[in-house]
Amino acid sequence: MIDQDIIERTLGVALRTGADFAEIYAEDKRNTSVALDDGRIEQVTSGRDRGAGIRVIKGDTTGFAHTSDLSESGLAEAACAAAAAASQGDGHTRTIALSPSDSRTVNQILRYPDEIAKADKVALVLRINEAARAAGREIVQVSAGYGDSRKKVLIANSDGLFAEDDIVRVLARISVVADGDTGMQTGFQSMGQTVGWEAFDSVDIEALARDASRQAIVKLKARPAPSGPVPVVIKNGSGGVLFHEACGHGLEADHVQKGASVYAGKIGELVASPLVTLVDDGTLPTEWGTIAIDDEGHPTQRNVLIDNGVLTDYMWDHLRSRKQGRAPSGNGRRQSYMHLPMVRMTNTFVLDGPHDPDEIVSSTEHGVYVSHLGGGSVNTATGDFVFGMNEAYLIENGEITEPLREGNLIGNGPQVLLDIDMLGNDFAMGNPGTCGKDGQGVPVGDGQPTLRVKSLTVGGTAS
Amino acid sequence: MSDLLDIADRIVAQAKPGEQLEAFVSRGGDTEVRVYQGEVEHFVAAQAEGIGIRVIGEGRTGFAYAGTLDQAAVAEVLAEARDNVQFGTVDEWAGLAEPDGVGVTDQELWNDELAEYPTDRKIELAKQLEQLTLGIDSRVRVDDSNYADGYGEAAVATTTGIRQWGRENGCYVSISTLADDGDETQTGFGFSVGRSPTMFDLQKAAKEAADRATRLLGATKPSSKRTTVVFDPFVTAQLLGIISSTLNGEAVVKGRSLFKDRLGEEVAPSFVSLIDDPTNPLAYTATDVDGEGLAARRNSLIENGVLRQFTHNSYSARRAGTVSTGNAVRGGFSGTPGVGALALSLVPGRRSQEELIADIDDGLLVQSVTGIHSGVNPISGDFSTGAAGLLISNGQVGAPVREFTIASTLQRMLLDIAEVGGDVDWLPMHAAGVSLVIHDITMSGA
Repeated sequence: MIDQDIIERTLGVALRTGADFAEIYAEDKRNTSVALDDGRIEQVTSGRDRGAGIRVIKGDTTGFAHTSDLSESGLAEAACAAAAAASQGDGHTRTIALSPSDSRTVNQILRYPDEIAKADKVALVLRINEAARAAGREIVQVSAGYGDSRKKVLIANSDGLFAEDDIVRVLARISVVADGDTGMQTGFQSMGQTVGWEAFDSVDIEALARDASRQAIVKLKARPAPSGPVPVVIKNGSGGVLFHEACGHGLEADHVQKGASVYAGKIGELVASPLVTLVDDGTLPTEWGTIAIDDEGHPTQRNVLIDNGVLTDYMWDHLRSRKQGRAPSGNGRRQSYMHLPMVRMTNTFVLDGPHDPDEIVSSTEHGVYVSHLGGGSVNTATGDFVFGMNEAYLIENGEITEPLREGNLIGNGPQVLLDIDMLGNDFAMGNPGTCGKDGQGVPVGDGQPTLRVKSLTVGGTAS
Repeated sequence: MSDLLDIADRIVAQAKPGEQLEAFVSRGGDTEVRVYQGEVEHFVAAQAEGIGIRVIGEGRTGFAYAGTLDQAAVAEVLAEARDNVQFGTVDEWAGLAEPDGVGVTDQELWNDELAEYPTDRKIELAKQLEQLTLGIDSRVRVDDSNYADGYGEAAVATTTGIRQWGRENGCYVSISTLADDGDETQTGFGFSVGRSPTMFDLQKAAKEAADRATRLLGATKPSSKRTTVVFDPFVTAQLLGIISSTLNGEAVVKGRSLFKDRLGEEVAPSFVSLIDDPTNPLAYTATDVDGEGLAARRNSLIENGVLRQFTHNSYSARRAGTVSTGNAVRGGFSGTPGVGALALSLVPGRRSQEELIADIDDGLLVQSVTGIHSGVNPISGDFSTGAAGLLISNGQVGAPVREFTIASTLQRMLLDIAEVGGDVDWLPMHAAGVSLVIHDITMSGA
């Protein structure tokens, strides 16, 4: 993308004001998307994003500038801007020698999406639409989409790091509306993988579409959700967002270092039920949150955050690990070259526990069974978090019974982790997610076995 | 006028016979300063530019974009957009906007003072805000104190005769706070916005950020019940944003709006009027033209409780057999225009929040809500969010409460509005805030 000697000179310029560290992150990204709504292919979109972000750190101050001009002069201009932003300088130029690291592959790409005909992508979306509509007369509206991206990145810094990556992702999503006597209800499904077009060889896209329709149709008979605390059982592969919110964000070192996390200062302590082992792992093959190297050029790895209930580590990026005097954990991520990296999750999941999933339901006298969670959010300083239930049912006398209308569940992270009293042996990864933090979105994955939380507050309207 | 309009013109001039073509070209930049403990934590100087081209031929639409104005890249964008046309489904309503004769309201969206404001004073503002906030209460810590500004210019031109260029800038300061008491921590935030830094009210931002955090100290989980709530202006603004998505013309014509068949019906009490008016200079999101280049205009969506109008861009209007309301919105050069409200506000009542509370024997002041994207469904109407606030008893605010939800449906909440306050607050959002009293909300806690 850019010659190594130009990068070395650009980093030299960035250090001119006496900074401790300079970094260049360049990307060249192409994407294609297909949007279907109301029975029509509304639009095929082709996009191109290309540019470089330059980060300069001096003391505790970070300067950052970016440019879409990848020529040496364009890069130099951004480097000067970033350097000026970081400090008022002493004018010396440092010489940088980069040592390219071996390229690292976590996913073998078999069929690059840019080599697939647009007509095939359109056909895929039409199939989704047809399958969803065929699932029932109640389905009155369908929106479906396909997207792929191929992002080549180059990261180099003044410590001599030089790394490149070529990231390919494909995604399909479907939203349906069902109409009945009680008004409209919605259903949603999606799949996303960090591989090429071959993802669709192993995913039954029509089954996914039918599942979205099934959700919406089931909810036409839904009654208002309960109001107040009840035991909640969360189906495998649907509730990883619980951990993402209940503790994931709170284990990000930037929150921890500022004392804005309920988990600060708790390493070595029991913070969850001993059933819980929580892992963040960017190296899982094909998963949505998978990256070979993070957006600061460090290899991703498997990080055990909570081991049998005991807090073992936080997640780290360059800035926070430098401050702490330790190695980064491969969790420095950014949305694009226009954004500063910060501590982010990759694929975050809870390992299998000892219980049979059926037994978890049958041993619950009265409660709520959530089979499809929506998004969530958390206040890391208080630990209070919410997440939505897109598809949920009552549990009565140990059996799953009536469907419930949508709503949020609310809990306090540290309490909920301790309140997990049953954990299944049926681990599954969940839907692809986009995690938002400080205005930046990055792809993340999550997963968990079926589990029970002794008490969560359900935000319905039924008394 | 601008090189951007020249670029757009040059693209439009390349249209082939029978082809509708739209070029949207934009350029913008941001400055962001974050201060922590008296030092600059980061300083971001960002610039971006790009182009999006939409081509419509025989009812089929194709689109492409690039985040650069490099000539070769722009030529590739046009070729890709054209190539994408063949894959679109024929849509009898497809088409670009056409000039509708509505005059553009002249607005002052550009401030020279801000454009020339020196960097060191931007940093100073963020440091000052941090200091002011820390000085208010010894229990308060600052998570981050920020100054941010942005400018943007955009040009849109079409083969149908649209040709517009405009630019604007704006700035804000914001602060996130933590308040500690023993092992307990609560959080708050405050901000102030303006066309120029001279319009900031740092003291107010600091006070709000400190108060929001400290007044929640000692908060407990309340018991579940049905109650009357008072929404703080910031919460009302978020509610209006959701309500507006149910009045979106595109959702209406595609059958996704719960109000789709209800024009002319009473949907709220007679004292409720909801206006979308981007020509109001007080609105943070005031603008002169919409995303398709038509004049932005004042639209009365709910008038004295009666649903009067949906928001439309040219496509949804054509399908609905009406005219665009100037509500085309686009998220920059990388997308085609959708439909959305631009600057919402409720017509205010007369009383202050304190006066509204004084009439409530038993209720809840909602200071913040969370999970709007996860627990509110604008298609089914279900509304459920996490909340934090203060209990109201005998006309006074009392004990702080947290870790509970509030729930109802959007349809019912509109009908259950008991009073609109007089305390309009123009926020950095697409809706203005105002205190709002709503009856019969379910609070789920302990």
